[in-house]
Amino acid sequence: MIHSLFLINPSGDIFLEKHWKSVVSRSVCDYFLEAKEKALEPEDVPPVIHTPHHYLISIYRDKLFFLSIIQTEVPPLFVIEFLHRIAEMIQDYFGECSETVVKDNMVMVYELLEEMLDNGFPLATESNILKEMIRPPTILRSVVNTLTGTSNVGDTLPTGQLSTIPWRRAGVKYTNNEAYFDVVEEIDAILDQSGTTVFAEIQGVVEACVKLSGMPDLTLSFMNPRLLDDVSFHPCVRYKRWESERVLSFIPPDGNFTLMTYHVNAQNLVAIPVYVKQSISFFESGSGGRLDVTVGPKQTMGKTVEGVMVTVHMPKTILSVNLTATQGSYIYDNGTKLLVWDIGKLNPQKLPNLRGSLSLQAGAPKPEENPSLNIDLKIQQLAISGLKVNRLDMFGEKYKPFKGVKYITKAGKFQVRT
Amino acid sequence: MPVVTELFKWEGTKAKLNTHFATENRQFGSKMTDSKYFTTTKKGEIFELKAELNSDKKEKKKEAVKKVIASMTVGKDVSALFPDVVNCMQTDNLELKKLVYLYLMNYAKSQPDMAIMAVNTFVKDCEDPNPLIRALAVRTMGCIRVDKITEYLCEPLRKCLKDEDPYVRKTAAVCVAKLHDINAQLVEDQGFLDTLKDLISDSNPMVVANAVAALSEIAESHPNSNLLDLNPQSINKLLTALNECTEWGQIFILDCLANYTPRDDRESQSICERVTPRLSHANSAVVLSAVKVLMKFMEMLPKDLDYYGTLLKKLAPPLVTLLSAEPELQYVALRNINLIVQKRPEILKHEMKVFFVKYNDPIYVKLEKLDIMIRLASQANIAQVLAELKEYATEVDVDFVRKAVRAIGRCAIKVEQSAERCVSTLLDLIQTKVNYVVQEAIVVIKDIFRKYPNKYESVIATLCENLDSLDEPEARAAMIWIVGEYAERIDNADELLESFLEGFHDESTQVQLQLLTAIVKLFLKKPTETQELVQQVLSLATQDSDNPDLRDRGYIYWRLLSTDPVAAKEVVLAEKPLISEETDLIEPTLLEELICHIGTLASVYHKPPSAFVEGSRGVMHRRLPARTGSGESTESPDVGTAAGGSAPEAAPSIIPSQGDLLGDLLNLDIAPSTTTGPPPPTTGMQMGGMDLLGGGLDSLMGDESEPLGGDIGGSPAMGAGFGVAPAVMPASLNAPVGGGLGDLFDLGGGVGMPMGAYIPPKTVWLPAMKAKGLEISGTFARRAGVIQMELILTNKAMSVMTDFAIQFNRNSFGLAPAGPLQVLTPLGPNQTIEVSLPLSTVGPVMKMEPLNNLQVAVKNNIDVFYFSCQYPISMLFVEDGKMERQVFLATWKDIPNDNESQFQIKDCHLNSDAASNKLQGSNIFTIAKRTVEGQDMLYMSIKLSNGIWVLAELRVQAGNPNYTISLKCRAPEVSQCVFQCYEAVLKN
Repeated sequence: MIHSLFLINPSGDIFLEKHWKSVVSRSVCDYFLEAKEKALEPEDVPPVIHTPHHYLISIYRDKLFFLSIIQTEVPPLFVIEFLHRIAEMIQDYFGECSETVVKDNMVMVYELLEEMLDNGFPLATESNILKEMIRPPTILRSVVNTLTGTSNVGDTLPTGQLSTIPWRRAGVKYTNNEAYFDVVEEIDAILDQSGTTVFAEIQGVVEACVKLSGMPDLTLSFMNPRLLDDVSFHPCVRYKRWESERVLSFIPPDGNFTLMTYHVNAQNLVAIPVYVKQSISFFESGSGGRLDVTVGPKQTMGKTVEGVMVTVHMPKTILSVNLTATQGSYIYDNGTKLLVWDIGKLNPQKLPNLRGSLSLQAGAPKPEENPSLNIDLKIQQLAISGLKVNRLDMFGEKYKPFKGVKYITKAGKFQVRT
Repeated sequence: MPVVTELFKWEGTKAKLNTHFATENRQFGSKMTDSKYFTTTKKGEIFELKAELNSDKKEKKKEAVKKVIASMTVGKDVSALFPDVVNCMQTDNLELKKLVYLYLMNYAKSQPDMAIMAVNTFVKDCEDPNPLIRALAVRTMGCIRVDKITEYLCEPLRKCLKDEDPYVRKTAAVCVAKLHDINAQLVEDQGFLDTLKDLISDSNPMVVANAVAALSEIAESHPNSNLLDLNPQSINKLLTALNECTEWGQIFILDCLANYTPRDDRESQSICERVTPRLSHANSAVVLSAVKVLMKFMEMLPKDLDYYGTLLKKLAPPLVTLLSAEPELQYVALRNINLIVQKRPEILKHEMKVFFVKYNDPIYVKLEKLDIMIRLASQANIAQVLAELKEYATEVDVDFVRKAVRAIGRCAIKVEQSAERCVSTLLDLIQTKVNYVVQEAIVVIKDIFRKYPNKYESVIATLCENLDSLDEPEARAAMIWIVGEYAERIDNADELLESFLEGFHDESTQVQLQLLTAIVKLFLKKPTETQELVQQVLSLATQDSDNPDLRDRGYIYWRLLSTDPVAAKEVVLAEKPLISEETDLIEPTLLEELICHIGTLASVYHKPPSAFVEGSRGVMHRRLPARTGSGESTESPDVGTAAGGSAPEAAPSIIPSQGDLLGDLLNLDIAPSTTTGPPPPTTGMQMGGMDLLGGGLDSLMGDESEPLGGDIGGSPAMGAGFGVAPAVMPASLNAPVGGGLGDLFDLGGGVGMPMGAYIPPKTVWLPAMKAKGLEISGTFARRAGVIQMELILTNKAMSVMTDFAIQFNRNSFGLAPAGPLQVLTPLGPNQTIEVSLPLSTVGPVMKMEPLNNLQVAVKNNIDVFYFSCQYPISMLFVEDGKMERQVFLATWKDIPNDNESQFQIKDCHLNSDAASNKLQGSNIFTIAKRTVEGQDMLYMSIKLSNGIWVLAELRVQAGNPNYTISLKCRAPEVSQCVFQCYEAVLKN
């Protein structure tokens, strides 16, 4: 099981360690730091590292390395999932996950880690339960605590801990009962030079924010559930009902949670909302090159495409760029060799264009590789797969909740090859 | 999952949600933070803390303990404060209590005597009315790894294991595992293991899950303890708990389920049905553990079952979804998918596109995706794959580009129809002149030449243009091989090779060996112009080199060339065996074991757990269950389970680097020589081959027998070359080479034996009288790994026969026609036709009497006819039936003596080596030989197509025509049939 955890910042400083079994010397991290030195980018550090006596399993998230030490055969996915859960817990409690936040709340983080694992076995990972055991910091509470001498550590057993619905606490009360659902879809796509789709799929997620009193039993149905190729649910969803009726039936956790994630494969012809016309060429002589990029709307279902941003990964030898944008602004960072063109809203009448010249380092040969473009975009009020929520019903409680659904489409890993 | 930051921007409801934690926290964070705990001055820090810890004020105490904990978390040593902190333990304040416990867990080990002070409080807390406090106490006590404390822990733990509150019980279950880690004997003596086993039947699913997790962890250090005694009842309990426990509990339960072997296909199916919903879990570890259970249990389902197909379809989407998770998860998923596509390619064959590499994938994900793309490449998708690979070859990352170029070569070899396109793509890439691209391309083109001889040699000219830019040994060696191999088509081959020869001593061994062989080939092809060159290289290799491999090869060539140039030609320029499609496939027994370990570290490293799990923690070898019908007894053929410790690493290149040498020597076609009697009659050519090497080696041995013996044993190149036909070593060599020879035996994987498999003569199966004029006679044969039924159909009636078809009844080994009976033209009166029908072994199974009985129905336009025949079981002996020595030993001991049967083979006049050779032709592999008092004992292994292993010991006494054979097998009923095969093979 999980033996120890180290939090390490990108420059290689260990700023937190927690051991759930015997103490493992932090020198074990040297193997990891060595691998980190070898990797070009922090993202490239291999997630599983073998050392003579331990296995090191790490994730890189929010610019931090979460490194766990394993001594016996443990499912690595279990460890990785758990590490992500730790990062989410920190985010959930303190609003962000960063070195500063962890250092500022060292003792509470430590207490939380102790609650999450026992002897390397997960103990309480549901946010609802954790918050009953260790209350998140608020100003009010800290004032009350100092006055009365009470603490933010709960002294009764969390109610959800052992029930068959561990994700919900008992006795929830709200004056305004509300349930909101966000259908967020991300398009992962690879387009080739000519704009043909090489690969495209949609990763969807239904995020929920449910603040309902008592024990509500909800049923959410879709107009077109057959669209979905693969679904994964929050444990609260009753799988049998989905299998038989294609509806989501569940007793929700209290607060924010991910109700389900789904997948729409290329087979269903994923709509690509924008097209990119580009030509990036370098002169044979090797002195420089030209860039010309135009972005325009394609299949947008009548909605406006916003937040459009084009990121070009330039070859290493590009020294500077001299471009003009008809819309938005661009920045070229010579350190990371990233050209970022922030366009904003896409106007179908006047297509944004970026063109100009690129200059290479003196004496550098014509670059071998083709730069690759990454596109960012956002479309409000549209789920690009066409998925639509039909209705939400509540059983088990008498009040009338306030309900709402919102759709949004974004670019995930959306890449254009040149 | 990407964090959705927009979540709170609800249209029209923004105001309501404004009081979200995040904003509050930030404000809080700026005012009161734990950073203050670090601000104490370095000097006297400990002293100051000490004073605060002993303060009367509760608040001050708590703050002080917090400071201590904060220092501890960042790795400062605050162990000196031990007594002061422990003094704070007796308190009603739960937070303070927890903080002190945190401290205790960290430092108790370093201050064992002090830790005793805490015991009383623990024992008292275990009686507390609040279950949270009871659980906390038992949990913390288990974490204090001090022997003296553990003694006091037993009583409270026993109570807590039977506590009325499930939260306490589940915490206590984990505590047993902790205690076991500290003092295993104590746990056993106190009977905690039994209590833990009882908890598997607890009413609360969380308690069940924790009990399973604890038992699994304990079982890991006791491989044979049979702790998790799984039976249908306990399985049922686990499956019920599976639906109700937390995601983590589900992982433990699924991993535990995977160790169970269902009794029959029906039970297997019902478990699969109950596990399938886990594929839709949000936690990827749950998904992968479910995949493991399904992949394993699927093995038991009949393939023609509807459910089998449904299950296959259900497996693909969750695997695809894993690839949209975080990169670290993707990596683990990809390593596992790599195993899954090798075992069951059909699951993901339509999902090629999800493995396309994205620009911002981390490099470790890119490399894994590439590997899977090649595994999935087929004629249907090759165009797409090639287009992608070409794209990748222009990427930035050198390692990735190299692998992409190599992948193009692998595609060419795997998908024949694409070879031409691959070659032209590679030529395009060579034109880019990017140094490492060119070198990789040349390495793979060499392999393409091997696979498709005389097809693409037109590109040699282009390759030669790039000769100067090659600076990596592998590329240089490949180029030299090409020049040598096609010396007759390259006008200036001698110049080219000579240019390499100049810096001979600076080259790596790989290049030197290649150069030596290439020049010898050149000499044999163009002897007139290159005599000087060959002498030069031979003297460089033999006299001026201190590398034993190189020297030995040099001497062998020299000897060959000087004694018999004709023979040399036959040897050096012999036709090379074709390279196989995918040599990097994981060896099947290892693959089976790894499939049972999906989702574990073993599956990430593609090595059996025994190869790397720390220490002597024994690991059970697992194997996929064999398919058994509902009615049959579970005869699990896990003889092959103990698949040795040293797992062969998947070789990265398509052919072994010594391929050339191996190729040359493999083709010697040497007949077995003998240790005692005269050599058996062989064909002229074979004799020539033997004489040549035998004589040559003999005299070599005479000169310097010691070094050569050692070299052969130690050098993989030579060893591998000779190991194939070990019998070639003249008898006189046996003594000095000794240990070396032993190794040689191991190295010789069952590659192309000269002897063919035994084929019984055709017999009449269906007389014409019984079948309205149709006479069928036939036999069975195994050719190149394919079982064939060879039939002669004779029409003895007066009318024409058409519309032939054939069907088998269910039989013991699942034999079934792999295709229709190919009788395309009508069979006229008195006409005879010979047909061979390929058979598969995946048909339905039913035990027959005798075991090798086969009931056949043949239909034609006249009627349907039935007959039965018996097949020699030897045709079910598969090519990879050679067991490793250690495995053999272990298995032999492992099979109970009751399963051993002895037979006599009378009147057999072969000596032991000849017998061993003959048997190897029928895939009966000799693993070792021992001679005791003039009696040769041969140890052999056989693997049947359904995975059953048969081990044999054959005793041969010189001069005695009667052999004694002992067979050991987990399924003793096959022994009789196997014996019959021995007799048939040896006597024919």
